[in-house]
Amino acid sequence: MDEPIVKYQDVHKSFGDIEVLKGIDLDIQPAEKVALIGPSGSGKTTIIRMLMTLEEPTMGVIDVGGRNLWQMEKKGEWVRADDSHLHSIRGDIGMVFQHFNLFPHMTILENCMLAPVLVKNESKKEVKATAVEMLEKVGLGDKIDLYPAQLSGGQKQRVAMARALMMRPKVMLFDEVTSALDPELVGEVLEVIRDLAKEGEMAMILVTHEMDFALDIADRVVFLNDGVIEEEGHPEDILVNPKSERLQDFLSRFTVNR
Amino acid sequence: MGSLPDIFSTLMQGLKVTLLVLVLSIICSTIIALVAGLSRVSTNRLVTGVTGFYVEIFRGTSLIVQLFWFSYALPGLFNIHLGSDIWVAVLAISLNYGAYMSEIVRGSIQAVPAGQTEASIALNLSKFQRMRHIIIPQAVRMMLPEYGNYLIQILKATSLVSLIGLTDLLYYGNIYRSTHLSDSPTVYLLLLVMYFVIALPLIGFTKKMERVSKKGVALG
Repeated sequence: MDEPIVKYQDVHKSFGDIEVLKGIDLDIQPAEKVALIGPSGSGKTTIIRMLMTLEEPTMGVIDVGGRNLWQMEKKGEWVRADDSHLHSIRGDIGMVFQHFNLFPHMTILENCMLAPVLVKNESKKEVKATAVEMLEKVGLGDKIDLYPAQLSGGQKQRVAMARALMMRPKVMLFDEVTSALDPELVGEVLEVIRDLAKEGEMAMILVTHEMDFALDIADRVVFLNDGVIEEEGHPEDILVNPKSERLQDFLSRFTVNR
Repeated sequence: MGSLPDIFSTLMQGLKVTLLVLVLSIICSTIIALVAGLSRVSTNRLVTGVTGFYVEIFRGTSLIVQLFWFSYALPGLFNIHLGSDIWVAVLAISLNYGAYMSEIVRGSIQAVPAGQTEASIALNLSKFQRMRHIIIPQAVRMMLPEYGNYLIQILKATSLVSLIGLTDLLYYGNIYRSTHLSDSPTVYLLLLVMYFVIALPLIGFTKKMERVSKKGVALG
């Protein structure tokens, strides 16, 4: 097996007095697709938000590509990571949000072009060509000059994916990306994710309530409960033959079609 | 009994000062508001403390008293001369309205949804780039309608400068009235109309900005 691209070691996170994560150990291999499932409040989203540097762990270590994300070495001592340290690592990570978070004052083409031009200093002409290609790939090639407000939720989420892909991350995080969508729009978004998963080389961590989808595309399913990893393994084992009572109880609330 | 054209031509002599104070005050107060508003959302305690102090002092005291301070008290007490009367007036109005307007700047920046910052962090934009390309463009759209309102208020505040001896519209109105007492109603009616005419483009600007601001702001 390769070196893991992401490594959580005994990661804790508290908000005020409430400990949301109580010691997470989790390795993600390059190109691996991992689905995080669990009841709301179990800390799934917090796990990926810490990787995206949106939340700082209270304790523990997260490695990305062998580098410690939240601490850096300074004069032989480990100190809290500063902006430039975080900046140098988070280029490997991309994220798609539940509420899309598109930039409303820019067209969808501009949404996709902004970061590569600003952050990677790539030429506008090349970035534009790539962005158009990317938007075509998610089925929005004819809408590049529209503003986010002119799109449906499903279309917005597909733009958000194209925008994140423009940075060519090694790990892509999906935070309940279909939860804010009308039921009839969920399919088109899952379809894009499924295509991405098939392409392969990018690792993906999906926080999701779509159990069928997890079963379909994930290499591994991780069940979180009450701030700890309760059970993890092959999707069939976890979703079809759950061992722990809590997981059985959780899954009984969904219908898994297999 | 003076004729309307007489009164009008007398008042017109003050138009230049009123417009000059108005334009300079708008420019200066806008700059002050942007600097102070951005400072108030800074993470540096000293910066937020100092600007907070400035904002509360200037919001909490009267503009007329501030005008008199800059004009009479500072030179008398500390021998500080702020320059010509025009600049004294512009400085007082700008510091006063800059303090109010900085609150719009601060409020608008804070009103940009947190998801916008998170998305730009996820795209690895630097702190400066986040402000420059994501937060400020959206905050500006939100602040424009209220900004227009303050511009109209600045226009009305300029009428106070006659109290420190500047020869603006109101000054000439009062001069004319003092020699033609029976014309008082006409003089002040004409003054109202003139201020209103100057305010018209500012009112139009505000309305236009209300429409602009409805477009292109995050709603999730």
